[in-house]
Amino acid sequence: MTRLKAGGPAIAKQGILVAFIVFMIAFSLMSDRFLSADNIMSVFRQSAIIGVMAIGVTIVVIGGNLDLSVGSMLSFATVLVVDLHDKIGPELAIPVMVLATLCLGAINGFLIGILRLNSLIVTLGMLSAIQGLVLIYSGGQNVDIVDQRGTWFAIFGRGAVFGIATPIIIFGALALIFHVIMTTMPFGRRVHAVGGNPTASVFSGIPRSRVVFMTYLISALCVAIAAIILGSRVMGSQNNVGQGYELQVLAAVILGGTSLLGGSGSILRTVLGVLMLAFIQNGLILMGQPYYTQWLVTWAVIIVAVWLDVAAKRGRLFSPIA
Amino acid sequence: MSDAQQPALRLQGIVKTFPGVRALDGVDFEVMPGEVHALLGENGAGKSTLMKVLAGMYQPDDGKIIIAGRPVRMTTPIEAKAEGVVLIHQELSLVPEMSAAENIYLGELPRRSFGRVDWKTLEERSNTILKRLKCSFRSEVTVANLSIANQQMVEIARALTVDARVVVFDEPTASLTDAEKVVLFDIINDLKAQGVGIVYISHRMDEIFTLSDRITVLRDGAYRGTLTTAHTNEDEVTRLMIGRSLDLSRDEAAPTFGKTMLEVRNMGCPGLYKDISFSVREGEVVGFYGLVGAGRTEIAETLFGLRKPASGEIRVDGEPVEIASPRDAIALGISLVPENRKEQGLVLQMNCRDNMTLPQVQDLTAGPFVSQGAELAIFDQYRDRLAIKTPSWKQPVGVLSGGNQQKIVIGKWLSMQPRVLIVDEPTRGIDVGSKSEIHQLLRELAGQGYAVIVISSEMPEVLRVSDRIVAMYHGRIMREFGIHEVTEDSLVQAISGIRVDEPA
Repeated sequence: MTRLKAGGPAIAKQGILVAFIVFMIAFSLMSDRFLSADNIMSVFRQSAIIGVMAIGVTIVVIGGNLDLSVGSMLSFATVLVVDLHDKIGPELAIPVMVLATLCLGAINGFLIGILRLNSLIVTLGMLSAIQGLVLIYSGGQNVDIVDQRGTWFAIFGRGAVFGIATPIIIFGALALIFHVIMTTMPFGRRVHAVGGNPTASVFSGIPRSRVVFMTYLISALCVAIAAIILGSRVMGSQNNVGQGYELQVLAAVILGGTSLLGGSGSILRTVLGVLMLAFIQNGLILMGQPYYTQWLVTWAVIIVAVWLDVAAKRGRLFSPIA
Repeated sequence: MSDAQQPALRLQGIVKTFPGVRALDGVDFEVMPGEVHALLGENGAGKSTLMKVLAGMYQPDDGKIIIAGRPVRMTTPIEAKAEGVVLIHQELSLVPEMSAAENIYLGELPRRSFGRVDWKTLEERSNTILKRLKCSFRSEVTVANLSIANQQMVEIARALTVDARVVVFDEPTASLTDAEKVVLFDIINDLKAQGVGIVYISHRMDEIFTLSDRITVLRDGAYRGTLTTAHTNEDEVTRLMIGRSLDLSRDEAAPTFGKTMLEVRNMGCPGLYKDISFSVREGEVVGFYGLVGAGRTEIAETLFGLRKPASGEIRVDGEPVEIASPRDAIALGISLVPENRKEQGLVLQMNCRDNMTLPQVQDLTAGPFVSQGAELAIFDQYRDRLAIKTPSWKQPVGVLSGGNQQKIVIGKWLSMQPRVLIVDEPTRGIDVGSKSEIHQLLRELAGQGYAVIVISSEMPEVLRVSDRIVAMYHGRIMREFGIHEVTEDSLVQAISGIRVDEPA
């Protein structure tokens, strides 16, 4: 009797994976190009920016909080690194930008971790505050790098190592590193504990404030890395380049099955969520759909994924009680 | 057929399975009108599942529910209520921001035209019910402002909006004081006199023997028998419930105490406690006894670095110390098994092993990684030592029974090898079998030289485990008793604030 299983039907448990495979089969039947190596590589490459950001947000969410500020933080970081590139050179621009972005993360971390303010409100506020900061910094001008061919900065967005695009390598490496941290290191365990039950964590001697603070620093670090890829790929930046990214990132995290209540989630599954979103968008475009259909389809996919996830936990599709 | 001869409610051969588990295996149960029928079983025996079937929250896979002679099928709690079956939950399920009246009629507010709420009727009816329950507050009051006991009254009032045939009380006294219990028992007896069938679920034997007419026992999801309360005794019930007799004896070998491990002098914290002085020696169990709110938990939290004392001194092993955080406390070798295991003790969705090693996970490393081997070694050791029943360490703690959850928390803190172990309400809400195991364990720990502080609101518990008892009232220590000089009367006097100069 005590052996109540946590899950229901196996198919619902693997909802995301099943849906992913169904989509892949459907799209490959409808478009010859869909499963070509070229197309797959280009989807991987395009998903890297969302993916890198989603890694950080997954960790924040496992820790029991949200981060909606990553979109405008990306605008900030990209504008900064591109603008500084020509002013002080890439070897200084990158560390300065990373530090500045970490400061923004530290503000989130301080307000949410130390002062214990609600993360939704804080990061939603930061979303618009940082956008304002970007506009003040740039004076409303878009920025770009003049000598686009002669800079080694191009390696991050446009380069390749052993034939694999650098963004994919960065995304893959980060996913692996943070997956290992979250699953095998004490810090990962603590993030899970703090997200799962903050009170019990404090009663276990875990420095809850510090752990939450760290999750926001990691999130900011991921944004900074995403900004390097983005800036390097575009070699310029609009003031609002990251607008809307926060929702796509959150969508990928949710699609990957990370619980918004905190305490459980997985980086590797987030990667799956990221890829799934990217392939859906790519498939729709290959089928000749206008790009905005992807917003509707993405929404539907997320609803179904969340539903299957909840159903798996309940053991049935509908339930009058939670 | 008259109602008097046929059961108000009858369950026949109820079977309910969850994936991989047969939670209920052909359970029979009946309640006559005007009868209090106690339902007993260890945590995880299937009581809650049975009651959820009864309340329409679960559908049985097999078996019949017969109400007043008529087989029924209920798919929601509302339908069950319409049949006259009401469940009063163990955990309060009120909306704190709403008034008592709104809560009482939640989901079935009386309406006027255009769906507007008929406030006048609502309050009139609610006040009538509250009066019937002899409540001193009116229905307009916001629930959040009521005491826990009064909130429970609202919960009970909810049951009486219909002509209830059967009212199920699930552990109703878990958070009540003794005085409040008396009121509750009066209400139960009133309902009984009105011909309502009562199902009473509790772990407290004394209550069951005071209140019930018959006792039905479940074990491992199966029906074990029904006893007439007047013709049975605690021992028989316990044997039916856990399959063996309980060893209630106290180890009378004279304990040997070592040096003073923890000493508190004149510690005070405004509004919580003042002038607290006591000490605990190695090998000694000091029981803190008092009413809820007497300041015992707050003292424990202070010793564990969760609160800051305004004055006074704490010495650990003779050294004056400052404890500013749980980390400090842990470093000093103080462990706290907190009062509320679900909120403070465990991360419910985390597995058993990870919960147990949580306070020391940063030390159990091989290089930068958590050492799985070291973790498993600790888990296995304490699983065996505390006889924790779980199929595997991978099991999320939330699915274990209350007793096993509590053992995980105890294991978690024992594995820290503490010099001072504080346990706050160690057996709250767990079944008699696990309870007695935990009592024995506390005695054993003392025997191995641990300095132990046990905070409890249950007199038999403090009497059974303690070497000394500190009686508290309103944030003050009233008296300290050696276990051989204490009597129940003097203890009750002390925690009620009555000072006696001569030991009774």
